[in-house]
Amino acid sequence: MAQHKVNYLQDGGAPIALTTVDKLVNWGRSNSLWPLTYGLACCAIEMMATGASRYDFDRFGTIFRASPRQADVIVVAGTLTKKHAEFMRRLYDQMPDPKWVISMGSCANTGGMFNTYATVQGVDRIIPVDIYLPGCAPRPETLQYALMMLQKKIRRESIFRSIKKKRLV
Amino acid sequence: MRKYTPKNNVQAKSYFNDRFFVAPETPKKASSKDEIYAEDIEQLRNKFEILDDYIEVEELVIYINPEDNINIITFLRDALNYEQLMELSAVDYIAQRGGFEIFYEMLSLSKRKRLRIKTFIRQKQPIESVYSVFRMASWAEREMYDMYGVKILNHPNMKRIIMPDDWYDHPLRKTYPLTGDEAANWYEVDKIFGKEYRDIVGPEIRDCANVDRYDTERFSRLGHEVPKGVDITDGKEPEHTPLAYQEEGGVPIIKKLHEDDSVTIKERR
Repeated sequence: MAQHKVNYLQDGGAPIALTTVDKLVNWGRSNSLWPLTYGLACCAIEMMATGASRYDFDRFGTIFRASPRQADVIVVAGTLTKKHAEFMRRLYDQMPDPKWVISMGSCANTGGMFNTYATVQGVDRIIPVDIYLPGCAPRPETLQYALMMLQKKIRRESIFRSIKKKRLV
Repeated sequence: MRKYTPKNNVQAKSYFNDRFFVAPETPKKASSKDEIYAEDIEQLRNKFEILDDYIEVEELVIYINPEDNINIITFLRDALNYEQLMELSAVDYIAQRGGFEIFYEMLSLSKRKRLRIKTFIRQKQPIESVYSVFRMASWAEREMYDMYGVKILNHPNMKRIIMPDDWYDHPLRKTYPLTGDEAANWYEVDKIFGKEYRDIVGPEIRDCANVDRYDTERFSRLGHEVPKGVDITDGKEPEHTPLAYQEEGGVPIIKKLHEDDSVTIKERR
């Protein structure tokens, strides 16, 4: 027998929250974005700094995973060469839906200063990109902001949206 | 004497040519000036045909016939104590002379001397691998093949080292365009999606400073953001959209930052 009777109707006393399914699911998704450990060039150093204690990605629920099967964000951090494009696409295909892509830095956005035969001129030629993050290399604060923008974008989404086709051909 | 070039219409040219420019060249000394090199070249001359030799920047340079490369490098290693092959590669002279100049850089730690062997081959003439003498040649020769298309004979693992195996052409040749030929431009699209997909992806945008602020499909302006695809031409662009992380309503408990309440700190605390 409870000694203190809980008045559930009292303000703040109820351990019940009312919400929509969309909000609940998107709250969960946006607050545990697990990115794939995937560094290609110098931007990866900034990405590592963002994950380390000073900038602390963990407080956004963002924990780097070493396998695409467990990841739902891929941060393309650096120059994507044409030789590597195939593997990049394969990793993206291996990630389970729903999945998002942050293109980090000038090289990933447009090819950057590598206006040469060997560099992919923007990863959006290979995979669909959600957030383009400018800078060379972007500071950790910029990557944090990009992640927050992605969270905002996820919270706007409907969970019943049609799942993107894996291959567009 | 410098070659005469016609000087009429020089001012209409789009770039500046220094009329008095002479390509800088380091002075070349006779190889008898250095006693160690003099002795080396003497021994080499007794056994092989040396086309030319001189000392340039305190380093002996010899020109040899391409067929002698293994014998000369073996002789240099075993008899003359040049224990290391530091580097080997090619120089593209296809336009001027119709072939490649191959060079081998040797180092002798005991003599504290360096030596450069040079040889000229025609464009499609193969050259023997020196892998049997120096293991280092394995990767260097693969790179030489990859970048210049020099044919190597008797190499244990002759394939490309840097570019992917199905790459077309050799990118360090002078005739190769910097931004790539057609096969290079479409390489990743062809490989991942197939050639039919070229129309959907479209050609590469090589101008990396290309920004169109009225194209809301691909760009957005910070502080003036609109939903994707909205027409903002003719002054339809919003004057100011606040940069907010949280939506109205937002997450309970967490306090929302309002732009008007925020303070910019002038001084570091």
